[in-house]
Amino acid sequence: MANPNVVDWDAIIRDPRFQSLHRRKSIFLWGLMALSVVYYFLLPIGAAYYQHLFKVRVWGVVNVGLLFALSEFVVAWTIALVYSRKASQDFDRMAKEIAAEFGSSKPAREGVIV
Amino acid sequence: MTSKSRNWSMVALLAAVPLVAMPAFAQAGVEANYRWLTFTVFAAVIAVTMYVTYLAAKRVRSAADFYTAGGGVSGLQNGWAIAGDYLSAASFLGIAGLISLYGYDGFMYSVGWLVAYITVLLLIAEPCRNIGRYTLSDILAYRNDPQKTRIVGALSTITVSTFYLTAQMVGGGVLVKTLIGINYETSVIGVGILMLAYVLFGGMVATTWVQIIKAVLLVAASIVIVVLVWAPYGFSLPGFLADVVADPKVQARVASLLGDPAKAMSAAELGQRFLEPGLYFKAPIDQISLGMALVFGTAGLPHILMRFFTVRTAVQARRSVVWAMAIIGGFYVLTLFLGFGAAHLVGPVNIVAVDAGGNMASPLLAQYIGGGPDSFFGNFMLAFVSAVAFATIVAVVAGLVLASASAMAHDLFVGVIRAGKETSPRGQVLAARVATLIVGAMSIGIGIAAKGQNVAVLVGLAFAVAASANFPCVLLTLYWKRCNTGGIVAGMLIGTIVAVGLTLVSPNLTYPKAVKAAAHKVLEADTAKRAADSEALASGDAAAAAKATKDLAALDKADAKANADLAKWANEETSFMGLEKPLFELKNPGLISIPLGFLGVIFGSLLFRDRRAEQMWNEVYARQNTGLLVSKSVAH
Repeated sequence: MANPNVVDWDAIIRDPRFQSLHRRKSIFLWGLMALSVVYYFLLPIGAAYYQHLFKVRVWGVVNVGLLFALSEFVVAWTIALVYSRKASQDFDRMAKEIAAEFGSSKPAREGVIV
Repeated sequence: MTSKSRNWSMVALLAAVPLVAMPAFAQAGVEANYRWLTFTVFAAVIAVTMYVTYLAAKRVRSAADFYTAGGGVSGLQNGWAIAGDYLSAASFLGIAGLISLYGYDGFMYSVGWLVAYITVLLLIAEPCRNIGRYTLSDILAYRNDPQKTRIVGALSTITVSTFYLTAQMVGGGVLVKTLIGINYETSVIGVGILMLAYVLFGGMVATTWVQIIKAVLLVAASIVIVVLVWAPYGFSLPGFLADVVADPKVQARVASLLGDPAKAMSAAELGQRFLEPGLYFKAPIDQISLGMALVFGTAGLPHILMRFFTVRTAVQARRSVVWAMAIIGGFYVLTLFLGFGAAHLVGPVNIVAVDAGGNMASPLLAQYIGGGPDSFFGNFMLAFVSAVAFATIVAVVAGLVLASASAMAHDLFVGVIRAGKETSPRGQVLAARVATLIVGAMSIGIGIAAKGQNVAVLVGLAFAVAASANFPCVLLTLYWKRCNTGGIVAGMLIGTIVAVGLTLVSPNLTYPKAVKAAAHKVLEADTAKRAADSEALASGDAAAAAKATKDLAALDKADAKANADLAKWANEETSFMGLEKPLFELKNPGLISIPLGFLGVIFGSLLFRDRRAEQMWNEVYARQNTGLLVSKSVAH
């Protein structure tokens, strides 16, 4: 088992690559988080205060409210996909580089059970 | 215990399950001719999960195996397991029921349960995987006083899990009783013994597989029903919904929900109203408060957080959440068809007749779509959905018991009571198993003691405490440098106390004085209506007389209920808390208690400055972002 003390954490934090990872990740994560919270709460707010709008029929008996609720699913899935694509293309690579330089531990093995 | 003797004792425990369950089939439920079918489907599901547990039991040697399946779960497997853990009876049966009875509002309610996973995905899953080991408290203890944070973390884990567990046990007991006619106590004991067999012998490995199996069965059953319901419309959404709103059963339901204003509406307007908001949620602020508890609470549920320790890397943790979101979200979209399909094909009146909360909507729809109560396939579908419901309760309860047991054994026993002493791997597993037995026995006891209680409030309360105590503490220790022991203790205590306290004085409790006033009002109004009906009967007009007879029957029913309420609360004037009316108007405390939980962490941290916690910030932040030394944290 590796000794946690062998990693120089302060040096990682000071490293410009970590700083850049931190900056890009923060903007991206909190931005998406804010977007998802705002979009979610539009649904109960709309249902409560904009009922006349939610009642407008647009596709047979399907109204704006139903389409808006369905769009919540699409938006949630899109946010998840956008984040995981960005993370696997950008953040993982940057984190790996930093970990490879500062850590002595080998990448963890991925496995299945039973 | 050697692995051989363990397997034998498991077989003994297994044998006890059918013994307990057998006599129970003597009561009403599925058609008598088809009870063998129910029994066969149940036996098959139990046999498969037990076989998996038998395989898993051989693999549980260390505490890591017991708590986290040795970290050997893949992202895809974990995604299914999270879905299995999360799609409890409340969301599986409850949401379809809400849609079948209240239309649009039920569907809107389901959205929050999915959006909650965005918070988990973006902010919680990966850092937790990189920092933690077995429990929520591992994350809190990392740069803080391990003993104090473990105590508050464990208490909060046990509190949240117990609320959730009680709701599952009571809901499950009622459900199994309705579905297959087993009496309440027997079904609670049956659920408890099965769950104990999984967790005790197979630990997290077996729990994970039980959750995966259950989620696959649930999704498969739902897809089959939805295809059968939707195919006649050529899979057209407007076509299907047009039939729903044109259904007189649906229109009558809306009319009865709206009361007097419905008299001015045409049948078409009434049907369309079913697709519009406001039939269930009356107070917008309540809904927003509940939404906050859902969206932030999920990220603080200990049994969900624990699932991220079963994968090896942050990448796999991320993959788990994405898969879980696909499965959970997909399931809720199917629920739209289950709910509206049940309203159209079974009818709200028939659903309410079986269970007032609408929980039987999906099982009844399954029976209908299979050919009805007299057909083989109809009963097979009902038996299958019942077995899935039963597996659901067992799987969710297993996850909750594991979370509570790990808090007791890993945090309180190993981390606090035996702090500083070495506990052998065997000793740790033994402690975990003893804790599982204690929690399991408690859950059976609580389940039986809470019979007949209104437990719907408990799931909301579990989410409220998770959102107000656990979530602020976990989030701030991961993302705020100044967060420390003082903040964690203050946040946990304030979040929990405020959430529980506000719920105790909320409209969720029964207020006898208000109940009695409402009953008196019903009785008075009915007297006037009776007079009108008697006149109609005497008038000699056949149509009016028929209507009056029907009215009188309805009035008799309403009066009987009012009188029952009056008798039930005759000697009481105040709620459980000694109040005549609620002190706090929101049904869910989230709107108030979540901000207070955050303030608790912030002020607690600022008041009790801790240099060590700040010095360790670099380590925490670098580790959670790079995954260095993952799974090797030894902060206690």
